[in-house]
Amino acid sequence: MMVLITYDVDTTDSAGQKRLRQIAKQCVNYGQRVQKSVFECLLDPEQYVQLRHRLEQIMDPETDSIRFYMLGTNWKKRVDHVGAHSSYDPEGPMII
Amino acid sequence: MRKLLNTLYVTLSDAYLARDGENVVVRSGDEERFRVPIHNLEGIITFGYTGASPALMGLCAERGVALSFLTEHGRFLARVTGGVSGNVLLRRKQYRMADDEDASLAIAGHMVTGKIANARTVLQRGLRDHEGRIRGEVVQKAVNSLAGILREIPGAGSLNRLRGMEGDAAKIYFEAIDELILEQKETFYMRGRSRRPPLDCFNALLSFLYTLLAHDVEAALETVGLDPSVGFLHRDRPGRASLALDVMEELRPYLAERMALSLINRRQVDSKSFYQKENGAVYMDAEARKTVLTAWQKRKAEEITHPFLGEKVPIGLIPYVQSLLLARYLRGDLDGYPPFVWR
Repeated sequence: MMVLITYDVDTTDSAGQKRLRQIAKQCVNYGQRVQKSVFECLLDPEQYVQLRHRLEQIMDPETDSIRFYMLGTNWKKRVDHVGAHSSYDPEGPMII
Repeated sequence: MRKLLNTLYVTLSDAYLARDGENVVVRSGDEERFRVPIHNLEGIITFGYTGASPALMGLCAERGVALSFLTEHGRFLARVTGGVSGNVLLRRKQYRMADDEDASLAIAGHMVTGKIANARTVLQRGLRDHEGRIRGEVVQKAVNSLAGILREIPGAGSLNRLRGMEGDAAKIYFEAIDELILEQKETFYMRGRSRRPPLDCFNALLSFLYTLLAHDVEAALETVGLDPSVGFLHRDRPGRASLALDVMEELRPYLAERMALSLINRRQVDSKSFYQKENGAVYMDAEARKTVLTAWQKRKAEEITHPFLGEKVPIGLIPYVQSLLLARYLRGDLDGYPPFVWR
């Protein structure tokens, strides 16, 4: 299933900047960065639980927030892109 | 059922593959061209003399992602595999049965039956779909001859005799398949199979598709814990994936030859897609390879009902399903190896 992940991390102190970097890194490991703090991740349920757990470990629930949008397997109907930085389809032909 | 994951094809001649965390990164020059999480992939195939970092190779081995290096023409060069894994008891069983002529004959007989049955179906489909546009009597004759060979297989008696029947069937089949080429007959024709190097456009296209299929079948055999190099129909030879070739036999007509025909008949490839070297070898150009790869990937994502399992599976998982069935047969869970027979 496709999961859209967005986050807001409080970066007023250096600990916050560190959390931001770590959260971004985990998201890159699991998916595609489509905007600065927006990721599209094609995951199976196990991977979703794993990633979610890791992010919860890193974040500070007092100041940060993370949102998971479940787009399901029919996600292509639910995503429309306009403008620069188009993304690739992780289920389509990948030829470089 | 396992999920069909994607295959990454790298056709850039100066690309370098590296690892970054859990990502596969494709670099060209100083520029990052592509980045994808490893868990979205089940295979990576690179064309041309590209490089890959040891860290990436390690990651692929650890995650069971098949990484193959091919020349820019699609000839196989090398494959990266991790430590020997899987079930040693299963592999021992496989070796024992491969050493036993009768046991090998039983398996190989099923595989050849599958191959000829599928070849026959390809011809019959052609007859049905293109009635009037082809010389039906020529194709019908081949269909009948193949049926005759099919009946003789159970009494083959020895592996060599079986190999002979397989060769006869292939000859009849390839002669008849020429009739199913409806478009661009001046460029594409089948006057016998040539390989290493392929000497005409149709053979070049077939060779390329076989290489893609071989990569998938080898990876599937490794996944279920079988040794791809110890075959039943094909003899052992250093560097040859005999079992992969065995399992490929029954899949070739359905997956490769049919695709080659439809690429030609729909004019997705044409004479401009090929070039000839001084030694007569014919190769596909980069643009055509991309067309073929795209068609191949799309085909793999389509679903069919597997004739033996009765379950819906993506076409790309057929090599895996067949490997699994073969492993079950070797273990003794099935009474015979059920080849993939397309209906």
